[in-house]
Amino acid sequence: MDLSYTNEELAFQNEVRTFLSEKLPTAMSEKVRLGKGLTKEDLEEWHSILNERGWLAQNWPSEFGGAEWDSVQRHIFEEESSLANAPRIVPFGLAMLAPVLQKFGSQEQCDYWLPRILSGEDWWCQGYSEPGAGSDLASLKTRAVREGDHYIVNGQKTWTTLGQHANMIFCLVRTNTEVKNQEGISFLLIDMDTPGIEVRPIILLDGTHEVNEVWFTDVKVPVENLVGEEDKGWTYAKYLLTHERANIAGVGSSNAGLEAVKRMAKSEMAGGKPLAENPHFAARVAQVDIDLMAMSLSNLRIISKAAKGGAPGLEASMLKISGTVIRQEINDLARRAAGMYALPFASEAVEGSNQPELGPEHSRPVAEQYFNNRKISIFGGSNEVQREIIAKTTLGRMQ
Amino acid sequence: MNFELTEERQMLQDTLRRFLRDRYDVPTRNAILESESGMSSEIWNQIAELGVLGALFTEDDGGFGGKGFDIAVVFEELGSAGVVEPILETCILGGGVIAALGNETQKALLESIIGGETRLALAHGEPRARYDLNRVETGCDAGKLNGHKSMSLGAPNAEHIIISARESGAVDDDDGISLFLVPASALDLRSTPMMGGGMAADIWLEDVSVTDDMRLGPKGAALPYLESAYAAAITAMCAQTLGAMETAIRLTTEYLQTRKQFGRPIGTFQALAHRLADMLVELEQARSAVIGIAGYLEADPKLRDKHVSMAKNLMGRIGRQIAEESIQMHGGIAMTQEFELAHIAKRIIMADHLFGDVDHHLERFIGLSAA
Repeated sequence: MDLSYTNEELAFQNEVRTFLSEKLPTAMSEKVRLGKGLTKEDLEEWHSILNERGWLAQNWPSEFGGAEWDSVQRHIFEEESSLANAPRIVPFGLAMLAPVLQKFGSQEQCDYWLPRILSGEDWWCQGYSEPGAGSDLASLKTRAVREGDHYIVNGQKTWTTLGQHANMIFCLVRTNTEVKNQEGISFLLIDMDTPGIEVRPIILLDGTHEVNEVWFTDVKVPVENLVGEEDKGWTYAKYLLTHERANIAGVGSSNAGLEAVKRMAKSEMAGGKPLAENPHFAARVAQVDIDLMAMSLSNLRIISKAAKGGAPGLEASMLKISGTVIRQEINDLARRAAGMYALPFASEAVEGSNQPELGPEHSRPVAEQYFNNRKISIFGGSNEVQREIIAKTTLGRMQ
Repeated sequence: MNFELTEERQMLQDTLRRFLRDRYDVPTRNAILESESGMSSEIWNQIAELGVLGALFTEDDGGFGGKGFDIAVVFEELGSAGVVEPILETCILGGGVIAALGNETQKALLESIIGGETRLALAHGEPRARYDLNRVETGCDAGKLNGHKSMSLGAPNAEHIIISARESGAVDDDDGISLFLVPASALDLRSTPMMGGGMAADIWLEDVSVTDDMRLGPKGAALPYLESAYAAAITAMCAQTLGAMETAIRLTTEYLQTRKQFGRPIGTFQALAHRLADMLVELEQARSAVIGIAGYLEADPKLRDKHVSMAKNLMGRIGRQIAEESIQMHGGIAMTQEFELAHIAKRIIMADHLFGDVDHHLERFIGLSAA
């Protein structure tokens, strides 16, 4: 056993650091550091900077213009990006749809859609959840009926992240109602400009507009936009979910978050001394630090296994749980550290908000982030669903 | 021993509950939250007309209550409906200080507070004081106030603001703190809405003139009265949080009974059902803490404060559990601003940032227990 990076990995880490220090625009990293919302243009700019370097499609095979990084390299990039306050890469086209197209799509689909993802010509969003199909995703009801060269789609998707920016959506739709839930689902690519599509914003409890409802009324989708075979969409969806789980532990983001809490605690005062010296607060920080150190190693174990070709199974579910619990605990610490200055509420934590900014800069986003990150134990398979996977796999079917 | 409410308090509870059910529904509250002032004057007047504000003052001060259990009854109902109007700020903090310290002229304000015509705020907290009540850097020297008051609750909607300032001693001396009743129009306020609803303001004091007749009570001796006012405010806040927890649990129970996934109500999954049971267990702990703090509010300060810190610590811990678990068991729907639970959960969590958080009151409890 050797817990340190290899020389090649260390060289790569250096390369990433240099790149970030040279190419990450300061205005952008400041926004991330202060927890301000990023605009569509910010995210597109960051994508384009990465694309220029050939680092946008990190997990794609090189034949499609990908960087073909292994899991250790991806981990290093994510860790360094978080510490440098770089924006997250928007995953929907790059990390979610692309692997599905590469594995199950036609040559024509790959040739047409993949370059457009890289160039930023298309912004994809994900049409999975429905009001009645959350944890039980396979019960989805959005219907697609074949009529000649088209599918006619009717129904509603929800929690569509950044759908307000998207021009394309990949959807799970029901094409067969005669069979078991999982067997009648297809995977469709839909142009958001098609008549009959309506995007309605959902404002989250922290005042942000991040997710949307997408309504479909008699939406005509050309049959060539079907990925793979009809009624086989559940297989593709599950494959996609394994990619959604890459970086599921969020170690980089937790590290950056905990560092921010420690910095806050040095300047916030309690009882006439820095909060960092308060034994109760220090104990809280230490406790999370301990959990995070252990999780970082769990994460590396799994990454190392994946880099050698092993497929993470239960470990992904385990990391989803510990990763989200730790991240949420850090958000809770930040909120506590801010004291009374956690109270102000800028209803949209983006530029142009006209609320006066009271209290130190570091305290402004903490309550919003605390509430916003309640989502991470809900989405992408809630922690309850993950526990069910772990328990069922371990216990097996008992009578 | 008797844990029943008196008939009068029972009536007060019924009246207020009925009023809020009829007049303070979720769309009404959401509209208030989005409004510029963050409160409804109409609701304010109606609540005053119902006598709710009078219930928070003693007969001597022109009301008909003012005891711990009056406060608890009123604020539990307000909390259950998620009311954001600055009643605690006006009646418990502002009104409480005036009732305790005001001279005859100053006390004349109480009538118009009870009648709903005047609102007050207390500006005591400071950026470096965190939750300590004795730590006051703002000074009063030769009739001029200078300093920075942070997050004065309800100040944006108040006509008068009570400002604490040090007239002698070191920054954290218990002696030397005075209170001044200042017209809001004389002050430089920077207002902000708050995460859990309601408004607050930071106040920058630069040579704000005060005269001796604006001082509330004797010079430099305000701290014990501030502690009493905060004890009452914490009673109100704990009762309000208890009411909010009841609503969160009611909504979660309904959701577990009606939301179906995998072909059955999600409440039939034991993993969720047991967590609801845990929430109900903790709710009873919370209820007892509120009864404790209300019952000991008029007791000797040392006994009172032990219950105050016990309750505030407990409510902060249980509140976090109930708010987070309610959101988690609802899933995505609870993340949306317009859904009732979102506001209720925010109020529960943000209560921990007012009048001392879990850690502050744990330390205070340790100190009070050791003494």
